[in-house]
Amino acid sequence: MGSRQHVAMTGNEAVAHAMRQINPDVVAAYPITPQTDIVQFFSQFVADGMVKTEFVTVESEHSAMSATIGAAASGARAMTATSSQGLALMWEMLHIASGYRLPIVMPVVNRTLSGPINIHCDHSDTMGALTTGWIQLYSESAQEAYDNMIQAVRIAEHPDVRLPVMVCQDGFITSHGIESLEVLSDDEVAQFIGEYKPAYSVLDVDNPVTVGPLVLPDYLFEMKFQQAKAMEASRRVILEVGKEYARLTGREYGFLESYKLEDAERVIVVLSSTAGTTRAVVDELRRKGEKVGLLKPRVIRPFPASELRDALSHARAVAILDRAETFSTQGGPLFCEIRAAFYDAPKRPLMRNYIFGLGGRDVGTSQIESVFADLAEDVARGSVKTPVSYLDVRE
Amino acid sequence: MATLRELSRMPEVLVPGHRMCAGCGAPIVVRQVLRAAHAPVVVANATGCLEVSTTIYPFTSWQSPWIHTAFESAAASLSGVEAAYRSLKRQGKISQDIKFVAFGGDGGTYDIGLQSLSGALERGHKMVYVCYDNGAYMNTGIQRSSATPKGAETTTSPVGKVQPGKRGSRKDLTKIVAAHNIPYAAQVSPAHWNDLYAKAEKAFAADGPAFLNAIAPCPRGWRYDSSDTIELCRLAVDTCFWPLYEVENGKIRVTYKPKEKKPLVEFLKRQGRFNHLLRPGNEGLLEELQQEVDRQWEDLLAQSES
Amino acid sequence: MTKLKSAKDIPIGGIIPEPGNSRAYRTGEWRSQRPVWIPEGCVHCLMCWVYCPDNAIEVEDGKVKGIDYNHCKGCGICVRECPRKEKALRLEREA
Repeated sequence: MGSRQHVAMTGNEAVAHAMRQINPDVVAAYPITPQTDIVQFFSQFVADGMVKTEFVTVESEHSAMSATIGAAASGARAMTATSSQGLALMWEMLHIASGYRLPIVMPVVNRTLSGPINIHCDHSDTMGALTTGWIQLYSESAQEAYDNMIQAVRIAEHPDVRLPVMVCQDGFITSHGIESLEVLSDDEVAQFIGEYKPAYSVLDVDNPVTVGPLVLPDYLFEMKFQQAKAMEASRRVILEVGKEYARLTGREYGFLESYKLEDAERVIVVLSSTAGTTRAVVDELRRKGEKVGLLKPRVIRPFPASELRDALSHARAVAILDRAETFSTQGGPLFCEIRAAFYDAPKRPLMRNYIFGLGGRDVGTSQIESVFADLAEDVARGSVKTPVSYLDVRE
Repeated sequence: MATLRELSRMPEVLVPGHRMCAGCGAPIVVRQVLRAAHAPVVVANATGCLEVSTTIYPFTSWQSPWIHTAFESAAASLSGVEAAYRSLKRQGKISQDIKFVAFGGDGGTYDIGLQSLSGALERGHKMVYVCYDNGAYMNTGIQRSSATPKGAETTTSPVGKVQPGKRGSRKDLTKIVAAHNIPYAAQVSPAHWNDLYAKAEKAFAADGPAFLNAIAPCPRGWRYDSSDTIELCRLAVDTCFWPLYEVENGKIRVTYKPKEKKPLVEFLKRQGRFNHLLRPGNEGLLEELQQEVDRQWEDLLAQSES
Repeated sequence: MTKLKSAKDIPIGGIIPEPGNSRAYRTGEWRSQRPVWIPEGCVHCLMCWVYCPDNAIEVEDGKVKGIDYNHCKGCGICVRECPRKEKALRLEREA
């Protein structure tokens, strides 16, 4: 596409469009609802000769990630895409991708994990992958999914980072909903991402490298330390890339997006598409004079602890909405980490957790309103009555 | 036919200093196979003895590029490598001709890696997959796999009061692979180095996926003196326990017919894992095993183009 | 034993960029018995070489030159497979 334009696309289409523009050397993928469209769209780009990509139609997600790792270790820009069970099947390979320091970019269309089987949205798939060494970016809309894809390439491939990145969007809600978004021209994308310069390649037969040896206790710890350092370095790179992307598009991305937060007394923290619903409720309550606000994390690996502290310390009560259950009985993953981030803070707002939307349970404005109402009670009481509750479940 | 003198002038890809057990069959297979590549190779390895023992950080015994990802993923990862090669070559970023070869044990090939191998074969990646079959999970301490022969004792098919070693026959992987209609599949033994070399050359030259199933005795797991490795390979072939044959574009050909087919017990009695079969009371099982070998050999001969 | 390196001094991703560096690792120490080569009895058929799991038979110009005792593990395959039997290769207990 020669020029920048506004288009109407689903989230999946936007991601596939970004993949076409990124034009990876290799894509290895397997279909799974609700990610399937991405694979289908991309297959058509391959069939029409619109990409230089070798498309490997693997027989499983385990092989999708294995082949993507093989390609990335060969000096190729390599991608795959998945959801839910597919991500679960990839599990061991996710650790290998990050451990081998391969800058793979993978769109993940969030869907709950079986069982029982359910194809709809929640974040149990990617929340389970928090410890895999991947950077995780969450997208509220098709626009954000598209923008995150383009930025993810730069973040992943940065010499100080060299870590894989998941670009998450909500299954069906975002992946299948049609939105208007602005897409860059092919040239702009090519220029923004630049040429891929791999750290090593098994195809360099003149400089043979052994990839994936047996590492014993004498060195494995140092390698994990290197990974931790790279994740730390990605904090700077994510912001740098976000600023550069803003210069190109006018859309700036950081760790968090706040909405009417400056003077907010009651705040909801939530990822992805539910932030849109929350924003509408914030507007509605603000019209009534209520000091409410929204905080939407975009990045949760690396975890933006200090940014979250800064953004929330002035609030009186915060509700953290988790679209995933850890069964720890102590709340969802986001809640636990944000609470931990406040342990050393001089000023701590009241904090409570809601598990919501599991298996695609709709979250409408009335549920969000009820959360703000609960927060108002907490503020009045000066304490949290129920630290962890389930939003809109029939108990 | 190449002579050993000629073969000895070719570069070694697997160099000494690896920590495979003394007398292990797998590195003999690897050395013999790789001599037939006639081009730079990229090696993929499934998790297993060969993988761990040849790459104990910071040492590597590989002179060529080498990649290991996981147990079940050698064929899938090599698919990605080969796809990257095709992509980068098409873009003019690579000019050399490179061959691709994967090594996996029977655990990584017959069992946990069968799905990814099947996928890679069906997709038609130009690669050679070599299974070094030692008939059990030797790396983890001799547990039965689907390649373990019926009656063999392993740590998960122990001989007990009610169980005479492994129940059930081993999987015929070479036939399963050949059923993918790939250009070339063969069964090889390092004792027959010239037969192995010729087949490896065909495998590397094939225009698509190729598969070699190599018998690779394990002194510890089979319980025999380490100097007997090649002799056991020979007995496996001469008893027709491990027939040498190839399937080239769908045509089966037995490449070696023993002049005198030896009784299976000649192969079994040299290995501690079959000791119990020779004890009184197990004659029936022994006879059953002989009949199975006979039947499979007869079937193979009937299918073979002379 | 070489000094262990720090995280900042090793390549990322656990890669080993020095092909074939295991030559520096001496598996010869494992040996409890050693093959002894008898040059005058050897016909240089190279059976010992092709069957060696450790590439420990040194061959130059198509002829056996000796045994790499730094790496030979003493499995005895070469002695067993030598068609000249005791005339070219003999197995001895390690001292």
